[in-house]
Amino acid sequence: MTKNGVLKNTQWIAAALAVAAVVMAVLVNTTALGEYTWLRVLFGVSALNFTLRASVPLVLGALCGILCERTGIINIGIEGMMLAGAFAAFVAKVATNSWPLLASLLFGVAIALAVGALMGLLHATLSIRYRMNQIISGTVIIILAAGTSAYLFDRNAVAQGKFGPVRIPLLADIPVIGEILFRNPPITYMALLLVVIVHVGLFYTRWGLRSRACGEHPRAADTVGINVNRYRYLNTMLGGALAGLAGGFLVLEAVGQFQEGMTAGRGFISLAAMIFGNWNPFGALAAATLFGYTQALQNELLLAGVTQAPRQFISMLPYVVTIVAVSGFVGRVRPPAAEGKVYETEGSSE
Amino acid sequence: MPVLEARHITKRFPGVVANEDVNLKLYPGEILALLGENGAGKSTLMNIVYGLYKPTEGEIVVRGRPVEMSNPNDAIRLGIGMVFQHFQLVPVMTVAENVMLGSETIKRGLLDTQQVAARIEELSQRYGLAVNPYAMVEDLPVGVRQRVEIVKTLYRNADILILDEPTAVLTPQEIDGLFDVMELLRSQGKSIIFITHKLKEVLRISDRIMVLRDGKVVGEADPKTATQSTLAAMMVGREVILTIDKDEAQPGPVILDMQEVSAQDDHGQPALRNVSLQVCAGEIVGVAGVQGNGQTELVEVLTGLRSHDSGRIAINGLDMTNASPRRVTQDGQSCHVPEDRHAYGMVDAYTVAHNLVLNTYFQPPFANGLTVNEQAIRRHAEDLVKRYDVRTPSVLVHAANLSGGNQQKMVVAREFSRPVKLLIAAQPTRGIDVGSIEFIHQQIVAKRDEGAAVLLVSAELDEIMALSDRIAVMYKGEIVDIVPRSQATREGLGLLMAGARSEEPAPVTGEAG
Repeated sequence: MTKNGVLKNTQWIAAALAVAAVVMAVLVNTTALGEYTWLRVLFGVSALNFTLRASVPLVLGALCGILCERTGIINIGIEGMMLAGAFAAFVAKVATNSWPLLASLLFGVAIALAVGALMGLLHATLSIRYRMNQIISGTVIIILAAGTSAYLFDRNAVAQGKFGPVRIPLLADIPVIGEILFRNPPITYMALLLVVIVHVGLFYTRWGLRSRACGEHPRAADTVGINVNRYRYLNTMLGGALAGLAGGFLVLEAVGQFQEGMTAGRGFISLAAMIFGNWNPFGALAAATLFGYTQALQNELLLAGVTQAPRQFISMLPYVVTIVAVSGFVGRVRPPAAEGKVYETEGSSE
Repeated sequence: MPVLEARHITKRFPGVVANEDVNLKLYPGEILALLGENGAGKSTLMNIVYGLYKPTEGEIVVRGRPVEMSNPNDAIRLGIGMVFQHFQLVPVMTVAENVMLGSETIKRGLLDTQQVAARIEELSQRYGLAVNPYAMVEDLPVGVRQRVEIVKTLYRNADILILDEPTAVLTPQEIDGLFDVMELLRSQGKSIIFITHKLKEVLRISDRIMVLRDGKVVGEADPKTATQSTLAAMMVGREVILTIDKDEAQPGPVILDMQEVSAQDDHGQPALRNVSLQVCAGEIVGVAGVQGNGQTELVEVLTGLRSHDSGRIAINGLDMTNASPRRVTQDGQSCHVPEDRHAYGMVDAYTVAHNLVLNTYFQPPFANGLTVNEQAIRRHAEDLVKRYDVRTPSVLVHAANLSGGNQQKMVVAREFSRPVKLLIAAQPTRGIDVGSIEFIHQQIVAKRDEGAAVLLVSAELDEIMALSDRIAVMYKGEIVDIVPRSQATREGLGLLMAGARSEEPAPVTGEAG
C-alpha cells in the first residue's frame, strides 16, 4: 500500500527481525543454547508468551485508532474506551457469576464490546454533532471512564473464572511455535484474526474504500454520494467496540479481576503502535508486538535477576522504546489527510 | 426536448442571494457555456443541479421529469456528472479506486478492481482520455487528474457533464486536448455545461452561451455573432476595455540586473541556464514561454525564495546575489505578486487586514516595540481596500472567504501600495475575473508610469503582448531572445517559445509540450 521507500524498507526489516526471532526461539528452546540465561531471557517460551499476551490489548487498541483515524476522527480516548470496556466486562461477569462459566464470560465480552461502542458513539457525537475539538473530546472520554469506573467500583466484588487456553488441534503440537501461538485463550486468537479482517476490510472492500476516502478527502466522498458523517459515526463505534474488547481481554482473559486504572497507559501505547505502524493493521501488529516484547523483557529481566541495573530503570524499558520508536518515525509516516477536521456539507465551500 | 432544465431557481444563503430566478435549458449533444465572473453564481447553480445544494425555490427537470435531489447520488442516478474546479480526487488512492468510489463493483464481497480497470481502459480509448488505472493520483500532473475526473463521470454513465472552470489550471496545450475531448463527447451525444469566465474559450468551443451576473441570467449569446467585448460587457455589466491604453515607455536607468544566473529546480535539475536580463525603470519586460521552462524558478531566484548556483543579481545597484527575501523587498525596494497566491501570496486564515501588512507589520506605524498596533493596521487596510477595490464585507473577515479576484486584488494592494523600484509579477491575473484583470493591468501600467521597473511573467501570451514594452522568451531555462514589443508578433513569439532562435531557421515542430 505504501510506495514510500523508507516504509518499504521498514517492512522488510520487520519481517527479517520476525524470522530471526522465530529461529532463535526454536533454537533456544530446543537446543543447548537454552543453557545461556541471557538467551533464555530474550527468546524463552515464557518471554514470547508474555509478549503475545502483552500485545493483545495494544493490537486491539491500535485497530480502534486505525478505524477512527482512517475515517477522519482523531481518537486519543482509546485508553478511556479500554477502561470502560474492562469495567463493563467486570460488572457483567460479576452479575452473571451464577451462570455457566462460558456463557458468563461471553456475556462479559458482549457487554465490553457494547460499552466500548457506546463510548465511541459519545466521542463521535461530541466531535461531529457538537464539533468539539477531537483531542479534547478524547480527553473527556478518558477522564469520564477513569472517574466513573473508580466511583462505581465495588472492591468486594469478585469475578469467578476467566478464559482458559484453547488448543488448536495439530498446530498446537508444533514444537515451540505451537506452544507460543496455538495454545492461547480465545480473545488472543480473535485479536490476531481481527488484524486480518480489518486489513482486508480497509483495503479490499467497499466499506474500506469509502471509509478511507472520508478520512483523506471527505468532500470527494461527498461528491460521489457518500454520507461522510455516517461512516465516521459507524467506524468510531466499531473502533470503540474493539477498544472495549481490549478492556474485556484484561478482565476476562488476562487478570480475571478489575483494578482501578488497570489499563495503565495501554491505550496511549496503542496510539503509538498505530502511528508506528503507519495506520496499517499489520504495521500496528508489528509495532504492538515490539512494545509487548519490551514489556516481556522487562518482566523476564526482573525475574531472572541477570542485571544489576536498578529495577526502576528496567521498568522504564517499554515506555522508553515507545518514545524512541515513535519519535524516530514521526515525519516518515503519513496520517490520513482529513483527520480531526469536521466535515460540513451545504454552504461550507462555494 | 431539453435533457436538463432549471426552472426559476433561486438560492439564498444567509445574507446572500446566490441565484435569483435562473432559467436554463440544455439540449442533447450541445455544449452550453455558462459565462460569468467569479461570484456570479455559476458554481452555486451547478451545485444545485448536482444535488449538493437544495434550491430555495424552483425546480430541476431532467428529460422532461421534475426531480427532487437530496444528494449527489440522485444526480448520478439521473446521468449527471460534474467535474469540479478543485478536483475531488483522493491523492493517496489509485485512479481505479478514485473512479469506482461510491459506485464500486463488487465480486464475492470484495472490490473488483480488475473489472473497474478494464472499464476505465475502455472509456479512455473511446474518448481519448489516456489514464493508467493503477497510477496513484498524487503522482499525476494536473491535466491527467482532470482526465480522471472526466472518466469518473463517464464511468457512472453520465450523459450530462458539468465542467466547472476546467481550463483554469491547464496549459494552452492541455486546453486544446480538453477541447478535443469535449468535441468527441458532444459527437457521441453527451451534453456539456462548460463553466468559465474566459471569453476566448467560450467563443471557440460552445454552441450556445448563457451569461450570469450577480446570480441572475443577463442573457444568451450566439458564439457565431458574439465578440469578446460584447460578452465582457454582458458579464461585467459595463463596457470593459480589453485592450490596454498606455503610452510609449520612457526607460530610465537599469534597476534589475541579472548576469549569467543559473539555478536548479526542486528535483536538482538545471532550471535556469546563464540567464542575463536587465529591466530599466519605467518599462515592462514580459517573460513569455510555455509553463515549466524556468519562469517559476526565475521569479523565485529574483525574490530570494530560491538560491542560485552561479551568476550575479543586482537590484537598484545593490548586490542581491542569494539575498534573503526580506533584504530583496526592503533594501531592494521590490515587490512580488507571486504565481501561487495561496502558497506564497497570502495567509488564508488571516484577516484581510493582517494580510495587508504581511511585509510591513514589523515597521512603524504597525509595530509598537513588541506589539502590533491593530488600529493602525485596520486603518491602513480600510484605506487599501477602498483604493484597490477589494470587495469584502469588512477588513476583519478571513482572506479565505474572498473570491479569487478579490484575494488577488488584496495581494496587489499590499505589494503595490509601497513605494517600489522593482515590481515582479508572476501570473498576476491567473484564475480571476475580467473586472479584476482589467483593474490589475491598469495598476501595473500605472506602476510603470511612476517609474518602477516591471518584470511580468505570464503564461497568457495575450497578457504579455498587451502589457510589455520588451518581451523575453524562455525555453528550457534559457532566455532565447528579447524582442521589443513593436517587433513582436504572435507567430514569432510562438516559434521562440518552441525553442527556435531568431537567427536560426525556425524548425516547424517544437518540443513545447
